Amino acid sequence: MSELTDLTLAEARDAVRAKKVSSVELTRAFTGAVEAARPLNAFVTETPERALEMAKASDARIAKGEGGLLEGLPLAIKDLFCTKGVRTTAGSNILSNFVPPYESTVSQNLWDAGAVMLGKTNMDEFAMGSSNETSHFGPVFNPWRSRSSNAKLVPGGSSGGSAAAVSGSLCLAATGTDTGGSIRQPAALSGIVGLKPTYGRCSRYGIVAFASSLDQAGPMTRTVRDAAILMRAMASVDPRDSTSVDVPVPDYEAGLDAGVKGLRVGIPKEYRIDGAPPEIDALWAEGVAWLKAQGAEIVDVSLPHTKYALPTYYIVAPAEASSNLARYDGVRFGRRAQGVRDIVDLYEKSRAEGFGREVQRRIMIGTYVLSSGYYDAYYIRAQKLRSLIARDFDEAYKKCDVLLAPATPCPAFAVGEKTADPVSMYLNDVFTVPVNLAGLPAIAVPAGLTKDGLPLGLQIIGKAFDEATVLRAGRAIEVAADFNAKPERWWRAA
Amino acid sequence: MSVDKDTVRRIAKLARIALDEGRVEPMAAELNGIVQWVAQLDEVDVTGVAPMTSVVAQTLKMRDDVVTEGGTADALMANAPDGEDHFFVVPKVVE
Repeated sequence: MSELTDLTLAEARDAVRAKKVSSVELTRAFTGAVEAARPLNAFVTETPERALEMAKASDARIAKGEGGLLEGLPLAIKDLFCTKGVRTTAGSNILSNFVPPYESTVSQNLWDAGAVMLGKTNMDEFAMGSSNETSHFGPVFNPWRSRSSNAKLVPGGSSGGSAAAVSGSLCLAATGTDTGGSIRQPAALSGIVGLKPTYGRCSRYGIVAFASSLDQAGPMTRTVRDAAILMRAMASVDPRDSTSVDVPVPDYEAGLDAGVKGLRVGIPKEYRIDGAPPEIDALWAEGVAWLKAQGAEIVDVSLPHTKYALPTYYIVAPAEASSNLARYDGVRFGRRAQGVRDIVDLYEKSRAEGFGREVQRRIMIGTYVLSSGYYDAYYIRAQKLRSLIARDFDEAYKKCDVLLAPATPCPAFAVGEKTADPVSMYLNDVFTVPVNLAGLPAIAVPAGLTKDGLPLGLQIIGKAFDEATVLRAGRAIEVAADFNAKPERWWRAA
Repeated sequence: MSVDKDTVRRIAKLARIALDEGRVEPMAAELNGIVQWVAQLDEVDVTGVAPMTSVVAQTLKMRDDVVTEGGTADALMANAPDGEDHFFVVPKVVE
């Protein structure tokens, strides 16, 4: 066996079950990797002691012949999931001292399945960002670097710490959340797999809310099989989230290798955008050829309202955020400003000091579009557009079973490159946002490298609650792409 | 529609975010950039289109109207910036 940290989640699971390796050995290997990777800034909080305790308990269960689906497997948790007794910051100063008295349902499901927590991963503040540069705890650096430069690149966002931790082999897998692309975009930029399930597949209970009608948790992993394994463990119906859906959770791993013969794959023409690097289009064409060669039927489809998805999102998401983030007032939890005159001053100063620039900007936009006199012109119009965007997908699915598209319009970019203009940053999510607006499942799978050696991803979008087919088609891409490049571990010498 | 400085001050007040006078103008410019960009939605004819209310077709679940959790006041107070005897303490509100 090579380094333990190079194992996939599936390999580690099988090795632990077969008692070829103990959870404690595995966990020690990863806590060491996490410590050695501090230059990446992937973690806000490391929990090595807790990890070791959990690993020991796992080994005891395994010795008794017990154990869950993820028994003894070390994972990283995005710092948006509340973890009881472990600080949960959402990447924000306003929650920099917040220790939840409860556990999110998704993370509880993982612990119930026997998983081990390595720590909490860095992220864009309140998941608002596409580069992990809005975090109060500083940017995360992508394990990947260009062949032509040693410049530090972003891992994408908002689940940038989780993406870097998986890509840099600092954990077997990680959780992410995806409101407009926050799992799939960083997965693509970091050369890993990221799955956003159907809205309602995972409980949102205990996940710090950004835009509640769009937020979904999902797995970030090194292989499609690993995503299938983690997805099954994360998903559940939950009485604490009335939007979680009571649809049985299948064994996603079971049908993974069934192939795509006869599968109708739609190619949405509107995803061909002006100004995208030719490498993006070339990889997309390659993806079409791969699926065709494996027996899929390729169908041209149209999603006519695609170009309106981003502006629709940037009304709906800030509107929901402005109301969700109203709870941070410096009174019940979170940071409170000092030296205030009165209660209003306390609110205004606590929020001004506690929220970063991007979060303030989005709260302002959200407040504006919901304010008297603008509500119909912006918010109601955007919700109508959202209906049209969802209808586009319904129409397309009359002709096909899944859609194939690029995951992002560009590879990883340099730290600081896109921070000056908010709209240029927002454009990163052009291929991912429509999926959230329609509530559908989609996976990003690493499929190739640019000429500078940076990873690019392809995206499979499916029908609601058809994660199984999304994973199966993703697996077909993975097999054909045979993507096994790994970033050099430059941070170990840093 | 464009966002002027008075509108920025009004929105900041509604959002309860203290905004230094020096940040009003840059914020107006940023918000204008975003507002002008989203204005492209005006091109679309939305006559007769119902605004989306739920992305996944489902009826809202009901549960029995009973207390499910409680007695956690100590845990809830643990993160309070200031509190006394299970009360949150704030600056004086009533003179």
